[in-house]
Amino acid sequence: MKLSRKTLILFAGAALFFALVKAMQFSGMITPYWQLVLDQALVIVIGALGLSIIYGFTGQFSLGHAAFYGLGAYTAGALDKVYGNGNMLFFFLSLLAGAAVAGLVALLIGLPILRLRSDYLGIATLGFGIIVRVGMENGNKLFPVLGGATGMSGTPQVANFDLIFILTLIVILLVRNFIFSTYGRACTSIREDEIAADVMGIDTTRYKVMAFVLGCALAGLAGGIYAHRYPFLHPASFDFLKSFDFLLIVVLGGLGSMTGTIVTAVGWVFLLEVLRVVLGQNFIDWRGVIYAVILIVSIIVRPQGIFSGREWRLLAPDHLKMATGKEQTHAGSGN
Amino acid sequence: MPVLEINNLSKTFGGLKAVNNFNLTLDEGEVVGLIGPNGAGKTTVFNLITGLYKPTGGTINFCGEDITGLQPFKISQRGIARTFQNIRLFKGITVLDNVRAVFHPRIKYNFLDALLRTPRYNVEEERVTLEAMELLGALNLAHRAYEKAANLAYGDQRRLEIARALATYPKLLLLDEPAAGMNPAEVKRMVELIRYIKQRFKLTVLLIEHQMGMVMNLCERIVVMDFGQIIATGTPLEIRNNPVVLEAYLGKGATVA
Repeated sequence: MKLSRKTLILFAGAALFFALVKAMQFSGMITPYWQLVLDQALVIVIGALGLSIIYGFTGQFSLGHAAFYGLGAYTAGALDKVYGNGNMLFFFLSLLAGAAVAGLVALLIGLPILRLRSDYLGIATLGFGIIVRVGMENGNKLFPVLGGATGMSGTPQVANFDLIFILTLIVILLVRNFIFSTYGRACTSIREDEIAADVMGIDTTRYKVMAFVLGCALAGLAGGIYAHRYPFLHPASFDFLKSFDFLLIVVLGGLGSMTGTIVTAVGWVFLLEVLRVVLGQNFIDWRGVIYAVILIVSIIVRPQGIFSGREWRLLAPDHLKMATGKEQTHAGSGN
Repeated sequence: MPVLEINNLSKTFGGLKAVNNFNLTLDEGEVVGLIGPNGAGKTTVFNLITGLYKPTGGTINFCGEDITGLQPFKISQRGIARTFQNIRLFKGITVLDNVRAVFHPRIKYNFLDALLRTPRYNVEEERVTLEAMELLGALNLAHRAYEKAANLAYGDQRRLEIARALATYPKLLLLDEPAAGMNPAEVKRMVELIRYIKQRFKLTVLLIEHQMGMVMNLCERIVVMDFGQIIATGTPLEIRNNPVVLEAYLGKGATVA
């Protein structure tokens, strides 16, 4: 397989960024705390790209994204806690299991609810999110290992920046390849006009479900990584507010823009932490006010989102340059 | 064998008979006009043929196969394409992607090829892009290929909708008021365009239109509907002088001016 020039440049850029972070780690410029924030940002990038596929590219409104993030986290976390012992192979297997469980659940609930349109779909996914949250709070009654409302700890903390960075890079490339393929175009046509897509030969149900399953599996993967980086999982980390965070990132970044989702995801996580530092412990509650104000202002100033459907050139495919030159003329063209 | 054969097609919405006992046979290569006053049920017929509505009664055969009640995307894949009265483009994406998106059912690479960008993906993407550009060229839209569809002028949007319909490689093309809101010069060009694509892509065309000049000019046969039923069929000349048709359009007691 031949890699395109843009992909190679992307790899080079990623390697440079990686080297920079490593240098900063060794020189002590990044404290463990900020390292944790950076890792969290990358995890959120993976999860948000999932929602970007579902809502940004396929136009299916979901308010339950954090539920799938949580399903992945609890599945991967619990599996590795019981069977893992910090074994790398088990780490990856548990990540796959987390993504698979999230994707499978998405398939089961997606088939009935994806018939609904926008607002109703939002309510249905919101309801599902609440079910999952209640399930997590009471999960210990069936499986004591899940910890229930008091949270779960004990998952081997084997995920580090290197692994998370590589996984994020792989996810970004795969999502890019999906979006800029005929499958991505089928999804986008559904977002643009579902009826027209249907009449033009696109199996809309199939691709709505496909996008939903893929997006939720990415959320599950992100959750699985999270469980291996943060020692304590709690149902409250995966509730409606978390879903809202994902939604904010995708909408603020601009629907239909991977670049927007990635940049906003990183920006959002860092913004929240910077606000924590700037405000200090006494004013930490003001954080909610400030970020709400940022949200209101940005949606008024740029309702179409920061990137509004545009892509960074390195992520978008090359335009084929031929064929534009000579136009065939026909009877109805000129005169 | 007729391309399209509709027998006793009916559709009711509650107590309203939107289409009632509709019969129509289209032979290969025909251009047939479907006219009638507003609310006569013309677009409902299109929605029934393309599967957007399920018929209450009757059958639709396409190239000898029964397609009654199939899902729209399956009907499209068998070779029926349409445009919409109120243009329904994929407005937020480029002109090129509007066309490329509907190539989807005929793409010859699978999901894994797409994710890994295998040679099969590269070859097929290039082929699809070239074919789409060729189609855009034929409709004189190639120079706008990388423009957002929403930014096109009205006439260009109409043409793009036709290009997108052609990209499904249809045998039968249903055009729902392609010349609505166009001035006489544009209507004339649209007539020429329809003739050109009909010949080049070997199409059978069913056309809904209010611009009588266009219908009279293009169609070999005209079907007139009113209140969900066919009230007259014939050549343009016959229709022009049919008192029943004049009555439907202008009311009782109307005569040829």
